[in-house]
Amino acid sequence: MAEFTIIGKPIAMVDAAGKTTGAGKYTDDLSLPGMLIGKILHSPCPHARIKRIDTRRAKALDGVVAVVTGADAPKTYGILPVGHDETALAVDKVRYVGDNVACVTAVDEATAENALELIDVEYEVLPAYFDPEESMKAETDLIHEGKPHNIEKDYHHVFGDPEKAFREADYVAEGRFIANEVTHAAMEPHSTLASFELDPHTGNLGRLTVWSSTQVPYYLQHKLSLVLEMPMSQIRVIKPLVGGGFGGKSEVIPLEIIAAVAARAARAPVKVTYTREEVFWAHRGRPRTIVDLKTAVKNDGRITAVKARVVQDGGAYCSYGVVTILYSGALLGALYDIPNIQYDGYRVLTNKPACGAMRGHGTVNVRFAFESQLDEISAKLGIDPAEIRRRNLLKPPCITINGLRVQSYGLPESIEQVVERSGWKQRKGKLSKGRGLGLGCSHYVSGAANSIIRSDMPHSTVNIKIDRDGGVVVYTGASEIGQGSDTMTAQIAAEVLGCSLARVKVVAADTDLTPIDIGSYSSRVTFMAGNATLRAAEQVREQIASAAARKMNCAIEDLVFGDDKVARQGLAGGSGTGEAPVPTQPGATASGRVEGQILRGSLQQKRTEEGPKDRMSFEEAVVAAIDFHGALTGTGSYAPPAEARGGKHKGAGVGPSPAYSYSAQVAEVSVDEDTGEVTVHKVWAAHDCGRALNPVAVEGQIIGSVWMGLGQALQEEMVWKDGMLMNPGLLEYRSPSAVESPKIEPIIIESIDPEGPFGAKECSEGSLAATIPAIANAIYDAVGIRLHESPFTPERVLAALRAKKNAKAINMTQGVDPLAPTRFREHGGSLCFRGKGPERHRLDPARRETAGEAGGDD
Amino acid sequence: MKKELIELKVNGRMRELAVAPSKVLLEVLREDLQLTGSKRGCDDSSCGACTVLVDGTPMLSCTLLAASCQEQEITTVEGISEHGSLAAIQKAYGDRGGAQCGYCTPGFIITVKHLLSVNPNPSDEEIREALSGNLCRCTGYSQMYEAIKAAIEAEQRGLAAL
Repeated sequence: MAEFTIIGKPIAMVDAAGKTTGAGKYTDDLSLPGMLIGKILHSPCPHARIKRIDTRRAKALDGVVAVVTGADAPKTYGILPVGHDETALAVDKVRYVGDNVACVTAVDEATAENALELIDVEYEVLPAYFDPEESMKAETDLIHEGKPHNIEKDYHHVFGDPEKAFREADYVAEGRFIANEVTHAAMEPHSTLASFELDPHTGNLGRLTVWSSTQVPYYLQHKLSLVLEMPMSQIRVIKPLVGGGFGGKSEVIPLEIIAAVAARAARAPVKVTYTREEVFWAHRGRPRTIVDLKTAVKNDGRITAVKARVVQDGGAYCSYGVVTILYSGALLGALYDIPNIQYDGYRVLTNKPACGAMRGHGTVNVRFAFESQLDEISAKLGIDPAEIRRRNLLKPPCITINGLRVQSYGLPESIEQVVERSGWKQRKGKLSKGRGLGLGCSHYVSGAANSIIRSDMPHSTVNIKIDRDGGVVVYTGASEIGQGSDTMTAQIAAEVLGCSLARVKVVAADTDLTPIDIGSYSSRVTFMAGNATLRAAEQVREQIASAAARKMNCAIEDLVFGDDKVARQGLAGGSGTGEAPVPTQPGATASGRVEGQILRGSLQQKRTEEGPKDRMSFEEAVVAAIDFHGALTGTGSYAPPAEARGGKHKGAGVGPSPAYSYSAQVAEVSVDEDTGEVTVHKVWAAHDCGRALNPVAVEGQIIGSVWMGLGQALQEEMVWKDGMLMNPGLLEYRSPSAVESPKIEPIIIESIDPEGPFGAKECSEGSLAATIPAIANAIYDAVGIRLHESPFTPERVLAALRAKKNAKAINMTQGVDPLAPTRFREHGGSLCFRGKGPERHRLDPARRETAGEAGGDD
Repeated sequence: MKKELIELKVNGRMRELAVAPSKVLLEVLREDLQLTGSKRGCDDSSCGACTVLVDGTPMLSCTLLAASCQEQEITTVEGISEHGSLAAIQKAYGDRGGAQCGYCTPGFIITVKHLLSVNPNPSDEEIREALSGNLCRCTGYSQMYEAIKAAIEAEQRGLAAL
C-alpha cells in the first residue's frame, strides 16, 4: 500500500479556528453600508387565490423603502428543469400556509415587521389537500394546472420477471410502512444578502452580488438569472460559511430570490434572514412516505423479488420531488443482489410546504421498510439476520438489474465488523427482558452520475495557481457546509504536490473566482471535486517535475514529491532530521522571501554555480517551474464515466453513481413496557467510505448520520393539522439533545474504490438509512413488536404492545385534542392562533360555521 | 421606541450604547458591537447558539434584555481566546471534530468553558447534562465529548508545566 503523508491522517478542519472563535462569518453575520432588512409576508391559507394585494399602507410607513409582490418577478423557476412551478412571491395563488406573498424592505427589522401588518391581501379560499392518498383522488381545484389528480410524477419500473418470482417463492412477506415527515433543521437559519452595483456605462443597476447560505452557488446563480432576467455573467454568488445544510440548502429557497428582487426594487443592499419558524415553512425535507412492500424469498433466504409501491407526500411544489421518487426505486437495487424488481412510485402534491432533498435523499424511508421486512423474513425462516444478508450479497464488479454499476463493495466486511464488535452472536436474543439488538444495512451514491441540468459539462472543475511565494491556491466551486469540503480539497492538493498543508489556501464557492461545480449534495464532493483537485494538482506537479528534472539533471520519473521537497528517488526517504539541510540562498526563509530580494539573473547564476542537486525545496522547484513555463497553473475536471451513468429506461438517470458507499449497523435498545419509551444504548456503525481521507471527519460524518437517523427513528416528526405545522420550533420538533443521544461507535471500512480520489467514496449520508431499521429490529428483539410507522414514539410502542397482547388500545389523549396548541405563539409576525388549532382566514367556510358558537376568533 | 443610553462591559471592555429598551442582548452584540460570534438559531431560547456568560453564568442572549445587563461582565465567544491564541477547548474542538458546520459551536464553547470553570473534572454524565441546553445538528455530540476530555487533559498538562 502506498504511503501517504497528508491524507489518511486525522487533522483539524482548515476553517476550524474561525468556527471556534466566532471569527468565521456566516451570511447573517455580514452587513453592508446602507443595508436594508427584508421581511416576508406569508400566506395564512393553505390553498387560496389571491384576489387583491394592496401594499400602499405599508409603503407609506416611515422607514419602509420598498414592498415587492409576485408581480415584481413573475417568472417561474424550480430546481429541476422539469419542475419550474415556483415564483419568488405568489403570483395568483398561495399553496401552503407559509407561502410567500410579499416582501417589505425597511431600515430595520421592527419597521419591516410592522409594515407586514399593513399589507392588505384578499384571498379566495380554495379546497385544500393534506393527505397524499386523498389528494390523488382530486378532480377539481388542483394545486397546479397540468398536474391531474395532483400527481407531480409517477414512475413504473419492472426489471426481470417479478410476477413469476412471486409465484415461485417459498415465502412472501407483505406490509405497509409509513415514515413520517422530517426536516433538516440546520442550526443556521437561511439567510441571503443581495446587492446591486451601478453600471458605469449605463448609469443603471448593473451587476448583482449575492451572499447566501447555499449548498450550490451555481444553481442559485442559474435561477437568479432566470427570474431576474439577467445574464448569469452579471450575477456573482458567494457562499460564506454555511451552518449546516443536510439538503435543505441544496436548492434555491424562496428568500434567496426574494432578497435579490427586493434589492432591485429598493435600490439598496437587502438582507433577508428567516426566523426559525420560517425555516420550518421553507422545509424541503424528507416527505412522509407510504411504502407498500412485498418481498419474495426462497427457503434458503435468497431474495427473489421485491415489489414496492411508494407514495410521497411532496407538498405544494415539485422541488427535487421527481428525483426523490426515482431514488426510492433506484436504490432498492445496489445493496443486495435482487434479480426481479417492480417499482411504482407516486410523488403527490399537497397543500403543505414543499419537500425536497434531505440527507439520504429518497432512500431512507424505503430502506426502513425493506430492512424491517427482511428482519421479519429472517425471523420467519429462522435464519440469523446477519446471515440472510450475507446470502444476498452482490458479487462485484457487477451491474445490478436496474443498471447500477458496482465496483467496490464493503458491505460484507461492514456486516462482519458490527456483528463482531456488538457481540451479536453471543448476545442476540439473550439480553435481559426488554433489551434487544437489531441489524440494518444501507448504501448511498457518491454523487449522481447525471447532473440535473442536462449537459456535457464536467460536474467539477478545479483550478490551481502557484506563485513564486510557494503558496498553493486551489479554486473550487465545491461548497464547504461543515462536512469538510475545503479540508478535503487542501489535503488532496498537498498530498499530490508533496507540500505542507499550511501552503495550501482554498478559495471556494464564489462564482466569479471559482470554476463551475454543481455543489454539495448527493455526497458528491469528495468523489467528484476530489478527483478534479487530484487532476489539477497532478497537472501542476508535472510542470514542476519537468523543470526540477532539468535542474537536477535527471529523468522526471526519478523525482519524488514529499515533505515539502522535490528529490531524486532514493533520497527522499532519508530526508529526516539530522540530514544536511536543503541548500538554499543565504537569508532565504521557508516563505521563499529571498525571491523578492535577489534579482532573478543572479539567482540563476548562483544556482548554475551550485551545479545539479539531489533535492530542491518546494519553493525552489516552484520558482524553477515558473521560470521554465512562464506561469504555474493547473486545471482538472471530473465527469462520471459513461459506464457509470445507468440504463436507458425512463427515469434511469437517477440512481447511477460512479461508486456507492455501504453501511451496516447494530443498535442496542431497551423498551420500557409500561411507558412505551425506547432508549437506544449504543449503535455500532460500520461504513465503507472507500478510503478515509481524514478519519476524524469521516467518523464525524458517520456519527452525525446515525444520530440524525436516530432522531427520525425515535422522536422527530413534523406534525400537521389542516395544513398548519404544529411544531415549528426546535424544542417542539424535538431534535435530540446531548442527554438523549447514545454512544455511537463509528467503524471505518476501506474498500478502496478504483475510481475514487485515492480510493475514497462518500461518507456523509449513507449511514443514516440503516439506523432506523436497526432500531426497529432491535425493538422487535427486545419486546417482540414490529413497528411499521416512524418515529417510534411511546404512543406507537404502547399501542403495538397492547395489540400484541390483544388488549384494547388505550386512548391516551381521550377528550383532548393532542394537536391543539395551548398557548399563543407568534413568530415572524404573520401567523397567530389560539385555542384549538389555527386561526382560519375569515373567508374560510370552516370558520364561518363555528364563528357563532365560538364567539369569533378575531 | 425611544433609545436609551446604556453601558455594557463586554469581553473586558466598557462600551456606551444607545439602544431601545426592548432590544435583546444578542441583537446588541451582533448589530451594535459587530460581535457576530454569538448566533441566532431559534429566537425562543431553545437552541443555545446565542449563549454568553453574564457574570460567569451562561445565559441565552436571545431572550435577555440588553439594558438589564448593565454593570455585569459579559463574555462572548470572542472573549474566550487567550492572549490572542486558541484556548485549549477551542483547539480541542477543532482537532477532535467537535465543530462541523460551526454554527452552534460558539454556544457550546461558552457552555463548556463554564462547565470546566465550576467543575474541572466532570464525569461523562455531568458533561452530557451540561451540554443538554445546546443543540447541534451535525455531530451527534460524540466528538464534542472527546474534545472536552482532550481540553481537560491539555489544561492539566499546562497547569503541571507551571
